[in-house]
Amino acid sequence: MSAPTTHRSAEEIGRTALGPRPLPELGEQRAAADLSTVDTVLANGLRVIAVRRSSVPLVEVRLRVPFGDPAASSVGSTHAARAEVLANTVLTGTASRSRVDVDTELALVGGELDAVVDPERLAFSGNALVSGLDTVLDVLRDALTGATYPAEEVERERARLVERIRLARSQPNVIAREALQRHLYGDHPFAKEMPEADEVAAVTRDDVLALHASAVLPRGSVLVVVGDVEPDAAVRAVEGALGGWTGEGAAVSLSPLPVVEGGDVLLVHRPGAVQSQIRLAGRGLVRTDPRYPALQIANLVFGGFFSSRLVENIREDKGYTYSARSHPEFTPEGATLLVDADTASEVTAAALLETRYELGRLGLVPPSESEVDTARRYAIGSLLTATSSQGGLASFLVNLAGLGLGIEWFTGHPDRLAAVTVEQVAEAALEFFAPSSFTGVLVGDAELLAPQLRALGGVSLP
Amino acid sequence: MALPELHRFTLPNGLRVVLAPDPSAPVVGVSVHYDVGFRSEPEGRTGFAHLFEHLMFQGSESLEKLAHFRHVQSSGGTFNGSTHPDYTDYYQVLPSAALERALFLEADRMRAPKITEENLRNQIDVVKEEIRLNVLNRPYGGFPWILLPPVLFRTFPNAHNGYGDFTDLENATVDDCAAFFDTYYAPGNAVLTVAGDFQPEAAKALVEKHFGDVPARPVPERPSFAEAPPKGELRAEHTDQHAPMPAVAMGYRIPDPVNEVEGYLAYLVLAGVLTDGDGSRLQQRLVHRDAIVVDVGAGCGLFGPLEARDPDTFNITAIHAPEVTSDQVVAAVDEELLRLAEEGPTEQELAKVTARWVSTMHREHDRLTSRTLGLGSAELLFGRAELLYELPDKLAAITTDEVAAAAKALRPDSRAVLVLNPAGAAGDDASDNGGTE
Repeated sequence: MSAPTTHRSAEEIGRTALGPRPLPELGEQRAAADLSTVDTVLANGLRVIAVRRSSVPLVEVRLRVPFGDPAASSVGSTHAARAEVLANTVLTGTASRSRVDVDTELALVGGELDAVVDPERLAFSGNALVSGLDTVLDVLRDALTGATYPAEEVERERARLVERIRLARSQPNVIAREALQRHLYGDHPFAKEMPEADEVAAVTRDDVLALHASAVLPRGSVLVVVGDVEPDAAVRAVEGALGGWTGEGAAVSLSPLPVVEGGDVLLVHRPGAVQSQIRLAGRGLVRTDPRYPALQIANLVFGGFFSSRLVENIREDKGYTYSARSHPEFTPEGATLLVDADTASEVTAAALLETRYELGRLGLVPPSESEVDTARRYAIGSLLTATSSQGGLASFLVNLAGLGLGIEWFTGHPDRLAAVTVEQVAEAALEFFAPSSFTGVLVGDAELLAPQLRALGGVSLP
Repeated sequence: MALPELHRFTLPNGLRVVLAPDPSAPVVGVSVHYDVGFRSEPEGRTGFAHLFEHLMFQGSESLEKLAHFRHVQSSGGTFNGSTHPDYTDYYQVLPSAALERALFLEADRMRAPKITEENLRNQIDVVKEEIRLNVLNRPYGGFPWILLPPVLFRTFPNAHNGYGDFTDLENATVDDCAAFFDTYYAPGNAVLTVAGDFQPEAAKALVEKHFGDVPARPVPERPSFAEAPPKGELRAEHTDQHAPMPAVAMGYRIPDPVNEVEGYLAYLVLAGVLTDGDGSRLQQRLVHRDAIVVDVGAGCGLFGPLEARDPDTFNITAIHAPEVTSDQVVAAVDEELLRLAEEGPTEQELAKVTARWVSTMHREHDRLTSRTLGLGSAELLFGRAELLYELPDKLAAITTDEVAAAAKALRPDSRAVLVLNPAGAAGDDASDNGGTE
């Protein structure tokens, strides 16, 4: 390399006269300031959680409307397609505002407001300078109570959605996710995260209006406000804006999922792929289960953070992957443990072997005290840093609220983590991380992968 | 808006330090920015700056391989690093009790990283997987940040693939790493930033304690990467094996963000007028009126605004349906730029962009990771961490005439146009820089 003519060798660089130095101890940790908060339900059934965090003069707003398909099966159901068109057009017009008016009014208060939908919920996410809270809430009110779904907006967004679905389905992680959901949950509506293009193309404006009237409901929904605003004042502002949002019945929650049972991994062919997506899944625990904190720590030790057995093995020791991780996904009244890794075709089978080895080892050679302590401190610290911004806290709280939980779960969780014993982690590891508890999919070039996967076993080939 | 206080000092070994105390949450951010990015890589060593970034996590005199990760995470913290055209950053965000530990960890690898053959080979494999994940196996991978520079620029530093060519990566040696470290990772070539919950005097003492005895080394003179703007429209095509739809990227040269910051910021406002929000010019025209693109975006810098020194890029990208030609998209963009150049934006359009920027900056400051990294890169690139806090006012001062002038300067006869064709579509593969295997 054409760097300077003289430089130290790597060995000289890695050595000083003084030699290695001791790692400093941790200092005294200051507690987070108590958050002032209100958690209440308005007369129309909308739950409102307001939290004051005044680090910057902004406010974050999250609205979660349960939006499950009332049908038990996605076969023959057009719910996903109608919901997708609704989410993409709900902010494109009301009696008093055009799409451009919405954007302009929000922009002038430094604000944004978006709507997205998935099989479980319709979610509005917004923010603004705190002086713009009333504007954001008024735009939200206008959309919730008076979205007109202008015909030309519906038509254009429908056409655009068809293209965006095509784009999304070209992404390897989306291909893998859809295959996994189908493999785990079959035709349960939870598995249908994205409608088919022809289903979207068939959605009419009347379909969307009807869905809005029957499903965009305050009862069962929750709105979270976090920012530089007194909680009582925030609740009054929400009540003033959204008190008139009414409707018959309650927003529909998705029905519980079939339990994930262990079994073979399904190989999905993606011709020409130079890398494979390994996606394994097993049963997890809801956040309120007394064993959840132990399972959370067991998951971290397995693959839930960088200093985990899986990452140290298949990335830092063997160089099979750039990204490997395991994480819980909370589902209606349940939870799933997910293990993800992307690996070059040549080492895919070897990476699957090592992943299964680490699953087995977690139960049989349970996490040591030092592994548990590292994971425990990470869990407590990362909860603190992830929720130290207004946006991070708002998103965390609305997700908790979707599970029926409130801020007291959040503030009480560090103590629950602190109380977990090494034995409890070992029990959770053995019960939940057994290789026999997992199934999954593997997306890659089947022609390249088949000989090794056939030899490895536990994989159904196409 | 109230400006948070900033303290800065320089250690005798040349390390520049920025302290930004904020007691609102009991967490701290620590970052080190080194003044070397992939523009400094020599020919034959594409991707080296980024590969080296990986090696800085692989152990030091005091810490075994993997210990860095464990110590940050067992302190409740998170970490990462990233390589940019003009700098490489490393950061940790942790509960404030771990401040001294974080400083120790950064100082230890600045003083004496352990670079071994085994770790180098392992991280070459990991980086190749990163490139497969983000470029080779993914539709639109590297579009436009890897694919546009070789069309717009002529010189190796500006034009080459910063992720690197597999052959170059495999040829990297431990001695290359030693030379790179000795040249570019001198304390005088770095900025240390500490933001969050701490007392400035106490933090200063800890910085001196841990970084004070990192020996000074000569700091390399930074070469100019300047090159003349194109004298004509430069065009290239690229075939993407995985992309389902065609796309187009247009790249233009913009003023030097260091010496002409106001001129540069006019383009930042222009980008907002063009593509920020449903009411913006190109969203209205291309997505909603003509309905010829799925998505369109415009911005300064291929990594974001104020992320590089001169020469930097203004870029406009769009993914469009196969029945629409890239020329139709480019022509529509040119029409909108011409209209802006002649009539200028309205005052309300500028007010929208400014208000959203004020809000965006607050939001970035509220995330400790972004605030720490933003202060550090502003101090390193511009010598002024406070630029971060001054941006909203500076953007608000940009006039409609300045935005019109910026639009006028985005000339068809001095730009690069990169056309991305899906596999199976016609088109030569004139600039396939997506890496090799």
